[in-house]
This record gives sequence, structure tokens and C-alpha cells, in this order.
Amino acid sequence: MDAILLQTLNGLDKGSAYAMIALGLTLIFGTLGVVNFAHGALFMIGAFCAVTMQRLFSISFETLDPTQTDFLGNPLKVKTPYVESWFGPEMGASIIDWSVPLAILFSIPIMLFVGYAMERGLIKHFYKRPHADQILVTFGLAIVMQELIKHYYGANPIPTSAPDAFKGSFDFGTMLGFDPNVIIYPYWRLVYFAFSAIVIGAVFAFLRFTTFGMVVRAGMADRETVGLLGINIDKRFTIMFGIAAAVAGLAGVMYAPINSPNYHMGMDFLVLSFVVVVVGGMGSLPGAVLAGFMLGILESFASMNWIKDIIPGIDQIIIYLVAILILLTRPRGLMGRKGVMED
Amino acid sequence: MSNSNFTRRGLLKTSAVAGAGVALPTIFTASSAAAYTNEPTGGSVTLGFNVPQTGPYADEGADELRAYQLAVEHLNGEGDGGMLNTFSSKALQGNGILGKKVEYVTGDTQTKSDAARASAKSMIEKDGAVMITGGSSSGVAIAVQGLCQEAGVIFMAGLTHSNDTTGKDKKANGFRHFFNAYMSGAALAPVLAARYGTDRKAYHLTADYTWGWTQEESIKASTEALGWETVNAVKTPLSATDFSSYITPVLQTDADVLVLNHYGGNMVNSLTNAVQFGLREKQVNGRNFEIVVPLFSRLMARGAGENIKGILGSTNWHWSLTDEGSAAFVKSFGTKYGFPPSQAAHTVYCQTLLYADACERAGTHNPCGVGEALEGFEFDGLGNGKTVYRADDHQCFKDVLVVKGKDNPTSEFDLLEVVEITPAEQVTYDPEHPMFAGGNLGQCNAG
Repeated sequence: MDAILLQTLNGLDKGSAYAMIALGLTLIFGTLGVVNFAHGALFMIGAFCAVTMQRLFSISFETLDPTQTDFLGNPLKVKTPYVESWFGPEMGASIIDWSVPLAILFSIPIMLFVGYAMERGLIKHFYKRPHADQILVTFGLAIVMQELIKHYYGANPIPTSAPDAFKGSFDFGTMLGFDPNVIIYPYWRLVYFAFSAIVIGAVFAFLRFTTFGMVVRAGMADRETVGLLGINIDKRFTIMFGIAAAVAGLAGVMYAPINSPNYHMGMDFLVLSFVVVVVGGMGSLPGAVLAGFMLGILESFASMNWIKDIIPGIDQIIIYLVAILILLTRPRGLMGRKGVMED
Repeated sequence: MSNSNFTRRGLLKTSAVAGAGVALPTIFTASSAAAYTNEPTGGSVTLGFNVPQTGPYADEGADELRAYQLAVEHLNGEGDGGMLNTFSSKALQGNGILGKKVEYVTGDTQTKSDAARASAKSMIEKDGAVMITGGSSSGVAIAVQGLCQEAGVIFMAGLTHSNDTTGKDKKANGFRHFFNAYMSGAALAPVLAARYGTDRKAYHLTADYTWGWTQEESIKASTEALGWETVNAVKTPLSATDFSSYITPVLQTDADVLVLNHYGGNMVNSLTNAVQFGLREKQVNGRNFEIVVPLFSRLMARGAGENIKGILGSTNWHWSLTDEGSAAFVKSFGTKYGFPPSQAAHTVYCQTLLYADACERAGTHNPCGVGEALEGFEFDGLGNGKTVYRADDHQCFKDVLVVKGKDNPTSEFDLLEVVEITPAEQVTYDPEHPMFAGGNLGQCNAG
């Protein structure tokens, strides 16, 4: 029982990332009809926004400490961050400590701009092209983005810490009557799950309760008719591309303390996120979220030792196995609508 | 109307002959005309540096490349000479190799066996490389070593830690300076037993490929011999990024040590996840839960940040060593590049010098002569104390460092501290040891 609870919790944070990435993918597909293989790279750029924020806050001036030497035997250059010099050591250290949450504010305009620039600069030229062309060009774009990041930040993972207040883990077991240290869950992963719930809720509320969202939903249902009403639906869809990029970026920013960001992290999520979109139902926003959490949890369960003892390697194929089963029984996915991707 | 004598048939014939000539690998034409593959005939000799320039180990590859460039400078008599000044063999004079200026070409292994073989093949066939060296992965090293054996050139392995490289996959043309998984276990286990006790229960997470398997086998054997029990050993896919679902089952066992047989990004992520899940604060039967990372790399340790503090592991070499050779190399590398070299940089620098020295002593670049000069060669002054290149398996035997993640680092490079230098005798094993059995060096191949 404790193992099941623990793997369910594990699946929630993975599922949160899948759900946020898949939500953005579905938004772009539903509005613009584009299969965006660069969406994983947007997640990665979000994580590097957190790295950049941490580095910006850590920009330092150097003073020589004659009492210590560096590896060449010269007086050691001691680095002091400017923020510690300006705001005092404690306040400065706190600012650096909170660089990941602060990066949320930094990343939103950046991701909106990246999304806008991607759509206007490249993707709009491929609207009327076959999906295969869209996949090729967006996949190429993803490789360009990740090589740029590797050039500037290197190939190794970069540690990006959560604030001290959220380090450590919470003992769920004692709360539920289990032995101590049996069901432990890191605080930051709980934060990540809560954060994803807020972001997903905000996107749904935006689409459901604002005029802009209503027009976008109408456009998703019948683009031509909305256009005939004199509404510039293209402009709104471009903005939705920016919003989808921002959602992926936010997922990346908050994921940075869970696993140290590296240039390849977007690709690790991309394929699984596409499976999530297909399982959820192409174009279905609630389907993407549902499938994200469901597959995240299933993937965690498949990593349990006794399951792997019965079916070796199941942790590597479970998502694809479930995808096959669902598509065999429900060809449109869990919540797919008739007519989407069926022309 | 043209008066040309060219006919369509003639043109086709000429093209076919010329095409066949161009397509014929130079590796075969060279061997028929020369005594051995890529025998240097001009005033220079070309070495092939095959390192990961793209992919997840690109930073390690970049550091290897820096060290190779430094070694070439020193061999050609430029710079401060680095470890040429401390090397016990005095055959190298700073005038290239056998009087020929050292030049080099580079290849990108991408840390993929097929890509590494393709780039090595290209350097041998197209660029005339007389020796191939480099790499940051055992899978790649074994693949390239096999290719060099077939092609008739020497392979001086880079960073490869699997027992198999000089075990079941050893080759007469291949030589390894870097230590191996068995040596890590033999050096680390006594330190673990002394610090954590002899009645520990270990849980292994192991990268599911050749290096991970041999490391798990080695660490299990060494720790079990000292009284530890292995509770479970779980293979994790090389592509895994989040290890939480592999780490949480540890909480449900009575294990009190987690051994992470991971390297690179796998190590960074699994260690980070283990710390996140509170394993370092966990108590089992009144004792602290411990985490062990048997193979440490400073470049990789940076990715794990403060999570490595206090964690024990082993390493081939560390820049903080104060012996004459290490100091000379660190000064030379640090002055040129502004930061200290990694263990990968050190091992490839040594390999380049060792190859050049063997050529000088043998008086030839012929792989069979060079191999003979390397076999059983005893040397000192390259940063690891007295070392021998054992003839039976072409493995270097030297002291092994047991290191610990530093609690109070003074800089971004100051991440590991040496807690023990395990003497070479303690990590030496019989060439027929079961972990290395099944291989055969075979005959050297000169092409």
C-alpha cells in the first residue's frame, strides 16, 4: 500500500510536466493546426530562464584574498555577488536563493516573445503545408535551439536549486499512520504539482471566461465562420502560440530544481508529450491534461521492482503499450472529438 | 561539330577505373605500399583525436581536446613542456616523434559507437592517422578499439572504466591508462568498511550498459567480501532522466547504503533525486543512510552541485595532487586555459606522451613495435606514481584515489578532496580474474 501511494505521488510531478507540455501542444494544434516538434525545446528554454536568472543574480566582483591561494598558487580571487554588496549579505543571499521562483516573472515575457517570434518568423509559412513538413521544420528548429543553448551553457547539467524553504522532504507516511521515512515526498515536487494545477486552471479559465478565450474557442471549432464575422482570428491564434510557449516555459522554469537543466532535456519530454496528446485526443485540452497525469502515474508504477521482475523493461514501454491499447479501443483518444485530424 | 576523341564508352570506362581507384580505401593501398598502416613518410606524423564534440559528454570531450593540444605543443617543443619534464623516460626531446612534427586531426564520437567508429575510420583512411585516441564512454572505447585492431593502428583509450575494455574485449593494438571498475571497488571498499562499518546493506542502481554492469559486479564483489550484503541491484535505462521512481523503492527496504553506478547526466540526476527524497537525512537502525558514487568526475560533479558534499567515490586523478608530475601538468594546463584539468584531460595527455615515448624507444611508428615498447613499460612522473603497462592485458596499474565531495569548496573547481591514495598493489588483480576472463589480446596488427 505504501509503495502504491509513493508511486502515485511520483507520477504526479512527472504527470504535471507532461500535462503542461501537452496542453501547450494541444493549444497550438487546436488553433493553428501545427504539429510543433519544437515544443520540448520551449520547455528546455524555460528551464534555462531559471539558470539565467540564477546567473544574473550571481554576477560578482572579485577581490583578492592573500590568505588563500588558487590552483596555480596565486592569491585566491573571492567572488562576491553584486546583489549581496547592494542589499547586504542576507538580503542578497535570499534573492539568489529565490532565483527560480523569481524566474517565473522573467520567463513569461521571454517565452511569449520566443513563441511570437517562432510563429511569425517561421511557422506561419507552413500552415498550408503537410504535417510532415511542419514536423521536419519544427524538429529542425528544436535542434537549432538546443545547440544554441549548448554553445552558451555547455553540455553538462547545471545545478539550479530550489529556495532553502522548499528543500527537504515531507513525511506523508506518518500523517497516514505508516512508519516514519517510508512515504517521503520532496517539498519542491509538491510545489511543482500545485503550480501546474494553477497554470492549467488559469489557461482553462482564460479560455472559458474571457471574450478573447471565447473567440479562440470559436475559432478552434470553426475558423472560417469566425473569420467571416470580421474577427482577426489569425492574430489571436498567434497570441495563443505565445501563451502555449509560455506554459511550456513555466513548466521548464519550475522543473529546473527537480533535475539539473541540460540542453537535451526538451527532447526527453517531447516524444512522451506527443503520446500524451494522442492518447488524450488530438485537439482536446482536458484530454491532454487527463492523459498527462494518467501516463505519468502509470510510468511510475511500471518502475516498481516487482512489476519489472514479472515483465522486464516494462518501465520503458508502458506508455506506448497503453497508447496502443487506448487507440485500439478509442481511436480518437480518451477525449478526442470527431472530425479532428480525420480529414 | 566537335573533333574530340572522347567517346561515351571511353568516358564511362575511364570514369569506372578512376572511381574504383578513388573508392578503394587508402587503408588497403597504404598497407600494400608501406610497411604498416599510415607509415609517416614526410616530415610530420598525424595523430587522430576521437572525442565527443557533440552530445551529452561534449564538455568532457572539449577538455580532452584541450589536453591533446597541450600534449602536441609539448611534444613539438613548444610551451613549458608540462609533464615531459617530470616523465621518468627521457626518450622524448621536444622535437616531435622520431624527429617528425606532430600534427593532429579530430573526430566527433558523439558518444555513439557507430559514429565513433565512422570518425576513427575516416581519420585512419582519409587523414592518415597513425594512432587513434580518446573517448568518454566504454561502449565507444570497445567499438573503436576493435576497429583499430582491424585497421592496424594503435588505440590509446581515453576515459573508459568498464572492466571489459581490457578484459573480455581487450585487443593487442589497444592500451588503457585509465583505471577500471574492479580497481574502483578494490580501492573504495576498504574505505567504505572503515567509515560505515562491515555490516551494511547496499542497494544498487545501475546504468544498463557494459560499464554499469561491470561496475556493479565489481563494487558488489568488493563490498560483500568485507561483510556487506547486497539487498537489491536494479538496472536503470541509460535514457532515464528522473530517477524518483527507482529511488523511492529504496525507502521500502532495510538498505542503509545506496550505490549509484551511474555516470554523467545519469549520476547528476540520480544523486539529486536521492538527496531530494531525504536519503541523506534518513536513519536506518540508528545509523545514517549513506550514498556512494563509485566513479566520480569533477566535470560531472559540478552538475550535482552541493548534493555531492560528503559522498565517497573514486577517481583516476585529481588536480589537487601535489606530486611533481601533477603540479607540472596543472600549471601548464591552468596557465593556458585558466582552469584546472579534469581526470579525462589528464589521462589523454598521459596517453599521448606514452605513445610518443614508445615510438621513440621502439624507433618506429609500426604498431607492433610501439605495442612491444608499451608492454611491461614501467614509468613514473605522470601524476599517478609508479605505473606499469601490464603486458598481459594492456592495462595500466597505478595508485587509485578515493575521493569525497568537499564540504567547503573554495571555488567552482574545488569540489572533491582526496581521502586516500590506494596503492597499486591493492588494486592489482590476476590477468585471468573471472571479471576479466573470456578475452584474448590476439596478435598485433600492423595493417
